[in-house]
Amino acid sequence: MLSIDRSIVDAIVAHARRDHPDEACGVVAGPVGSDTPTRHIPMDNAARSMTFYEFDSMEQLRVWREMDDRDEEPVVIYHSHTATEAYPSRTDISFAGEPGAHYLLVSTREPDREEIRSFRIVDGVVTEEPVRVLDAAVDPHAVQSYMFGQSPATVDYECSDR
Amino acid sequence: MAIEVRIPTILRSYTGGAKVVEGSGETLADLLTDLDSRHGGLKGRLVTETGALHRFVNVYVNDEDVRFLGALDAKLSDGDSITILPAVAGGAFGFAAAAAIASHAASVAVAGSAGR
Repeated sequence: MLSIDRSIVDAIVAHARRDHPDEACGVVAGPVGSDTPTRHIPMDNAARSMTFYEFDSMEQLRVWREMDDRDEEPVVIYHSHTATEAYPSRTDISFAGEPGAHYLLVSTREPDREEIRSFRIVDGVVTEEPVRVLDAAVDPHAVQSYMFGQSPATVDYECSDR
Repeated sequence: MAIEVRIPTILRSYTGGAKVVEGSGETLADLLTDLDSRHGGLKGRLVTETGALHRFVNVYVNDEDVRFLGALDAKLSDGDSITILPAVAGGAFGFAAAAAIASHAASVAVAGSAGR
């Protein structure tokens, strides 16, 4: 399960919308071992492509060192798919190199519908997990849960086309 | 000659969990061979079967991406600091699919020429 603040989700979706139709990408850092994403870092898509994203290697070095200095780690690694569903592609799986991270996918194929899903990708195996959006600004206990898709517990997202 | 090498989480299974290891070598290729003698399998995760630096990792010498320094031929000096990070990339359609198509095209081309 990924628990993430509404303000961060909004910032990620805004980034994805802004860069549409190119794919957008970035990181949400959090304290090591906390599993809590706290610091949103939008990254450049060095590939500037509608179907591919790639962190700029020098920007990545800078950001990874900064996280190291602050005792943070990449809790969330996100990118957008701009014409297809928010599900990891074979490319995403072959590149996934942070076994501790939540891989968050945003689809911007529908201009007025928010589509976010989260996955663990370890040794080539994709496991979808629910996303719990915490709306601290309204009420610290208010929670909006997204239980998407196929695995492991099957709960249909009400807006899903499936 | 001691060169410090920072190992990313995903490769720490090869270093007994160590985040930083030391090695030696005149070039990056030499250094990886040296590391592999103590951390068996590590080199195979960084270098492809054809002897090129793997697409899935970024390797830095001090503050430079090693791809701009000659990749595996990059010259190293005592006191250099090497950082290895997983490359972060992907997308709806991209490198893996393109590579699969390219290798399929290449194998078709090889099969075609072998038949002559």
